[in-house]
Amino acid sequence: MILLLQGVAWLLDPANWADSATPGLLSQLLGQLGITLASIVVAVVVAVPLGVLIGHTGRGRLVAIVASNAARALPTLGLFSVVVIALTLDPQWLAPVIPLALLGIPPLLAGTYAGIEAVDGQVVDAARAMGMTEWQVLLRVEIPLGAPLIVGGLRAAVLQTVATATLASFYGFTTIGNSILLGPDSNQYIPMIGGSLLVTVLALAIDGLFALLQRSSAPRGVSRGARRTTNAARGRFITSPAGTPISRGN
Amino acid sequence: MAIEFRHVSKTFPDGTTAVEDFSLSIPSHETTVLVGSSGCGKTTLLRMINRMVDPSSGSILIDGEDISGIPPVGLRRRIGYVMQNSGLLPHRTVADNVATVPMLTGVPKRKAREDALALLDRVGLDRGLAKRYPAQLSGGQQQRVGVARGLAVDPNILLMDEPFGAVDPIVRDELQQELLRLQGSLGKTVVFVTHDIDEAFLLGNQVVILQRGGRVAQVGSPKEILANPANDFVADFIGAKRGKRRLTAEAGASGDEVLLVDAAGYAAGVITAPGGRLELATAGSSPKSRSVSNKTDQAGDA
Repeated sequence: MILLLQGVAWLLDPANWADSATPGLLSQLLGQLGITLASIVVAVVVAVPLGVLIGHTGRGRLVAIVASNAARALPTLGLFSVVVIALTLDPQWLAPVIPLALLGIPPLLAGTYAGIEAVDGQVVDAARAMGMTEWQVLLRVEIPLGAPLIVGGLRAAVLQTVATATLASFYGFTTIGNSILLGPDSNQYIPMIGGSLLVTVLALAIDGLFALLQRSSAPRGVSRGARRTTNAARGRFITSPAGTPISRGN
Repeated sequence: MAIEFRHVSKTFPDGTTAVEDFSLSIPSHETTVLVGSSGCGKTTLLRMINRMVDPSSGSILIDGEDISGIPPVGLRRRIGYVMQNSGLLPHRTVADNVATVPMLTGVPKRKAREDALALLDRVGLDRGLAKRYPAQLSGGQQQRVGVARGLAVDPNILLMDEPFGAVDPIVRDELQQELLRLQGSLGKTVVFVTHDIDEAFLLGNQVVILQRGGRVAQVGSPKEILANPANDFVADFIGAKRGKRRLTAEAGASGDEVLLVDAAGYAAGVITAPGGRLELATAGSSPKSRSVSNKTDQAGDA
């Protein structure tokens, strides 16, 4: 408990945030965020179009599920080692980005195709029958309606990536892992605890942010009425949000 | 906008044959109803008209033009489509749903919205509902919005796929009357699919009774079909075989109204017969009859 408080105090000490001989907390935090952002961008570029394609056409779903699950089983640290050591990458920042992106792709892919696939088939059929092109069906119907699940996938991917990015400091990249690794290396347990706390707070804060984003991504008319749609379709008596009853068939 | 089916067949990739050698000509400005039990291919036939389904063989012509040469998206934008459960976009307001197709075809947003409001009037919906979302409407209201959307580009052809199948009988009755009223003033070429023979007889100028595989059992006006069922299948389907269409007056009724019962003894309605004498329909007057349910609205035609 005392260690924990010391860790908090260490975090609150501005001196630890400034760069000295080694990068300070601010640089570490920015490094962590930078690696996370780059990894997520790569994951989005790969997984979202693929997920949309699978969800829209309904083809390749099995391949996606198997590949996602297999990727989830990859040992993170091992993946890092292989990529950083075996591949000499240019530019160098690609080294942590590739394994992190590989980790972010499965949840993002799953969320995207599940989101597109979950859109009511009758609505999609109606949109097509009205004369929407496939692109219009995708951009105006499937993606808006699937958005909450797609953002949910993004949320899971970001959460995992931002926490795992800590590992990059094993290989010389500046992240909050720098502080944490001091502990086992030189018995500096207070920075280790402080660093761990910072990663935790960062992950929770970002997750909270995405929770809000996920909620606001639900299109109006759907977020509040998902259950009512079925009731209304059965011709049951429903009440408008204002509380005024709607008479049937008016 | 007459529609013609010429020897149309459809076999789906899984090997099921929905329609086999189907030919039919659908006159313009009238309502043609395709009626049959589930799996008779009626919806497949309907969806061939806007190329949601392409026939495996044969051709479909609209005003003499083979539609297989018309790009599907353009074709669909000039044909109205109304489906069961409305198929409204849940994330768009009622007005935006109605305005969807006009906006796809480049009508300015403001004008499309104004037109949408006028269409709501036309289908008997309050303009106050324009800003609501579909989930906030009753089933009957949703279907009305669906009809308004189908009419939004003022199409010559309106396809309706069991549009009133999921609403309760009272609302269905209202919607059917509304459609008759609309069709009376618009005169579209309506192709309507249903499994309800009473709905078919009520709405159709031409009724097509389908058997499995899209085989035509009989084509004709409701009166022709009721008076002369072509075969046992038709007779059974329209209920004539079970005596549902043959009504007899129940003796012993009091006053001027005589109870009518069908062959099964079901009280189908009453008919006015002053002094026990039934007045036959003439141009000026018709006997006042009252049905117990809309099931027997057509009984007098038999």
